[in-house]
Amino acid sequence: MLEEHANVVRFVSLAGEVTGRKKLQKMVYIAKKFDFPFHEKYHFHMYGPYSEELTMRVEELCTMGFLTERKEDKGSYKQYCYEVTDKGNTFSDSFCKEAAGLPQIIDELNTQSARFLELVSTLLYFDELARDEQIIKVRTVKAKLNFTDEEMTRAFQFIAQLNPFKNNENGV
Amino acid sequence: MSYATKKLAEEKVFKDPVHRYVHVRDQVIWDLVATREFQRLRRIKQLGTTYLVFHGAEHSRFSHSLGVYEITRRVVDDVFVNYPEWDKSERLVALCAALLHDLGHGPFSHAFEHVFNLDHEAYTRAIILGDTEVNAVLRRVSEDFPQKVSDVIEKTYDNQQVVSLISSQIDADRMDYLQRDAYFTGVSYGHFDMERILRVMRPREDQIVIKSSGMHAVEDYIMSRYQMYWQVYFHPVSRSAEVILRKTLERAQELYRAGYMFNVAPTPFQSFFDGNISLEQYIELDENIIMTYFHFWTHEEDAILSDLSSRFLNRRLFKYIEYDPGADFKKVLELEELYKKAGLNANYYLVHDSTSDLPYDFYRPGEEEGRLPIHLLRSNGELSELSRSSEVVEAISGKRRFDHKIYFPEDVLLENGKKRMLRKQILEVLNR
Repeated sequence: MLEEHANVVRFVSLAGEVTGRKKLQKMVYIAKKFDFPFHEKYHFHMYGPYSEELTMRVEELCTMGFLTERKEDKGSYKQYCYEVTDKGNTFSDSFCKEAAGLPQIIDELNTQSARFLELVSTLLYFDELARDEQIIKVRTVKAKLNFTDEEMTRAFQFIAQLNPFKNNENGV
Repeated sequence: MSYATKKLAEEKVFKDPVHRYVHVRDQVIWDLVATREFQRLRRIKQLGTTYLVFHGAEHSRFSHSLGVYEITRRVVDDVFVNYPEWDKSERLVALCAALLHDLGHGPFSHAFEHVFNLDHEAYTRAIILGDTEVNAVLRRVSEDFPQKVSDVIEKTYDNQQVVSLISSQIDADRMDYLQRDAYFTGVSYGHFDMERILRVMRPREDQIVIKSSGMHAVEDYIMSRYQMYWQVYFHPVSRSAEVILRKTLERAQELYRAGYMFNVAPTPFQSFFDGNISLEQYIELDENIIMTYFHFWTHEEDAILSDLSSRFLNRRLFKYIEYDPGADFKKVLELEELYKKAGLNANYYLVHDSTSDLPYDFYRPGEEEGRLPIHLLRSNGELSELSRSSEVVEAISGKRRFDHKIYFPEDVLLENGKKRMLRKQILEVLNR
């Protein structure tokens, strides 16, 4: 019961703080791609893979008092920071199952920029394509971001680096 | 004449209760409808378990897909054809994407996806791009045509006008399902003036916009959608049926993994239970097979599987209470403890279900996420976002609504016999 809500709370708790809605979206997507138990559906959106269900869930968890959302004015845009409340920690402790590898993967993801995670998640979105095709596709759908060859290489290395943390448990 | 432009000797029509007729002139469309993967959609209900509440809701994904195709055909052939902003060479890819957009839906779509952690859009793409009859038809147009159709459905296609026709806040998909679902459920919500909306749709740069004179028709459409979600799609009783369906499949999977000997081997489910599903196995499974196995499972020795499948077939559904996890999450822990003492399996007989909806939203500059808005085209050629002009839409714009319920078998809790007092205590905690 309530695992799907609790999993999101646990995710933020493990991260300590997540800065930016886009970053949170991409972090959860990447964790999901590594078979961690997130049921939120993703589609391709203007910033790459995006889940409206996750957006709704986060807003709901804030309303319930399990997460806090802090809005920072960055001039041309607003940034949202998420943390877990004490009540949220009690909630996730009650309903969450441990997932080996998740803390490590979150640590890796949370140190990266939103731009880099956008690249990684978009590459993963097209992971059924061959590597060259993946790159062409990302350059097509993300033309405005002008990702460099160096960033592409680093993104593939990063994905390889996350592989050992993949969730191998059945029944995600 | 190439296959892409080949027309049938005579126009074919499908009689349709929503659009009166669905017109087909293109050989490609006719051939796609005849494929086994598209015919399979006849055996997938559009509204899953809703027929257990609204008994008319037996219509299929097949009829909805034809409806989305027909709306798209009317837009591109009757409305957009005279506008230079519309690239006429995109006609066929738009029609094919409209027809095939739901191709990957599995049986009882969302419940089934939830249990096996599947994504029907990924299967739609896999069917279009894989070794299938649909792919063979599309490849006759050109080698890269299947990929183009797939990209439209995936929303990564270069021409965003085509994407918007099939998938946006005012698209052919929604316009069909709202009307079709209203018709078959028999409810009075869901009706709006589609003819008017189609007449005022305009291609513009990378989107589809609505002439501002059509604003009230769009308001009506958005309110129809809002009402259909809460009155039909999220109906608490059909959610109860969906909960039981999910739990039946979960139980069957748990037993399979534990090595339980079924009376009839669950062969069509094995790859789903193992989490290793081939495209062919996915296409093979439909709702008829699920219902057949539910019949078999009513005779199983396992009491939980037998009870749940029987409940689903005979509509002995769970009751529900409203629930606020923010205020009351510890109540669930208390209930789980009482269930254990009473010898009831909370995993199958105490189920939380939540749902939420956002009727209309738009991307706000400076914010990180949001939906692409509906834009109104003013007489001076300027665009304005819908909720800036419509007070009705403004009132619900960006407003999310959530709903949580706990489902439980009240009939079991009311039974006399062993541990009656514990069951009574459970009912008290549930405020029954």
